[in-house]
Amino acid sequence: MNSIVFTHTFRFIILALLQVLVLSHINFLGYINPYLYILFILLYPLKNNRVIFILVSFLLGLTIDTFLDSGGVHAAASVTIAFIRPFILKFSFGAVYDHQTMKFGNVEFGSKLTYIAILTLIHHFILFSLEFFNFYKIILILQNTLFSSIFTIILCLLTTIIFSRRN
Amino acid sequence: MQQIINFIIRNKSFLLYLLLFSIAMVFTIQSHSYHKSKFINSANFLSGGIYNSVNNVSEYMHLRKQNELLQQENNQLKSLLYNKTDSINKTFVDTVYSGVSYKFSPAVVIKNSYSSNNNVLLINRGNRDSIKQDFGVISPKGLVGIVDNTSKKYATVISVLNTNSRISAKLKKSNHFGSLVWNGKSPYLVQLTEIPKIAPITAGDTIITSGRSSIFPKDIPIGTIDSYTLDASQNYYIIHVRLFNDMTSLEHVYVIENKDAEEINALINNTNE
Repeated sequence: MNSIVFTHTFRFIILALLQVLVLSHINFLGYINPYLYILFILLYPLKNNRVIFILVSFLLGLTIDTFLDSGGVHAAASVTIAFIRPFILKFSFGAVYDHQTMKFGNVEFGSKLTYIAILTLIHHFILFSLEFFNFYKIILILQNTLFSSIFTIILCLLTTIIFSRRN
Repeated sequence: MQQIINFIIRNKSFLLYLLLFSIAMVFTIQSHSYHKSKFINSANFLSGGIYNSVNNVSEYMHLRKQNELLQQENNQLKSLLYNKTDSINKTFVDTVYSGVSYKFSPAVVIKNSYSSNNNVLLINRGNRDSIKQDFGVISPKGLVGIVDNTSKKYATVISVLNTNSRISAKLKKSNHFGSLVWNGKSPYLVQLTEIPKIAPITAGDTIITSGRSSIFPKDIPIGTIDSYTLDASQNYYIIHVRLFNDMTSLEHVYVIENKDAEEINALINNTNE
């Protein structure tokens, strides 16, 4: 139990630091940045206390906001995907998730991609909507969401593949 | 009563989500209004400290470029100093009485941002160095922004690349003035609005600060006119100004304190009442 808490605290800190010190300064083509920190929310243990999970996700978003001076946009987006994660899990993994037997290490690539893609798109859409905060900039919001999502999804997949434990 | 409690327990995660989402929304809305983002900003000991220690390493990468910039500025200041034509006939300045109304202090940008819509910088000077809200920030080449929140050792700066920022600026040639805003698109171009149609403008004209606000002194260079169009009412120009500053690589900046700001603002407020 303690080792799980330790692993996730470590992951929280590493992902937050990586995000604010490196990934938010990439500015590919001027404005495209990946938001890899949501990997913490995506890979949070499946058997969890939902209240704590939502609180921790909020805290993660707020940490990123503090560093990037962005108000509460990351907090809002993170807490939303933390809240809807069970529904997306059910949708992407179906029966495997219902039987409580699944592990992120040994699921099909296709369903994993669906799962990561849906949550990333939702997160980024909320993020950019709140950041621009202007309905007339919807095209810009969608454009940002799409490009940043592609970047984030690729990085998430790569990271999960590289750091997956073989057993 | 029993039912209410049951309802709360059954939907506790949803209610918690709603609560946290509203808190996040409050922070977001605050960050979109000028000078309101009190709680969540990077001018605190943790994020400031981390940015500072990272910057200690990364500033070595830009050393050569920053040296050149500082040398250019030195050169310009030296040419001013030694080319004073009428230094003897200068009017006598009573140093005891007049003093100086602008105080400059050097600072280093430890976190720069230019890709989002509301860009905020972090500098390594704070309350301890008597930096306060609404002090101006400039670089050797031109305008940077206005100080927002301060902590003991750090301060956040609302960059000119922030959709909330409005800075008074004028045409160097004809003294027509307007406000400088940013449309959130290119980090090299800002927009000067409210310049009347009657003003004679051509591409390449210089834009400087107007000195109308109590934040910046007069005649700080901002940029040159890139292109211009008339706004919807057909009475005012929207001028795209190419900044002298490269906002994407800032390192050494100066914080300007206007010692008379309080007096000026008090006077203006009194008159408005």
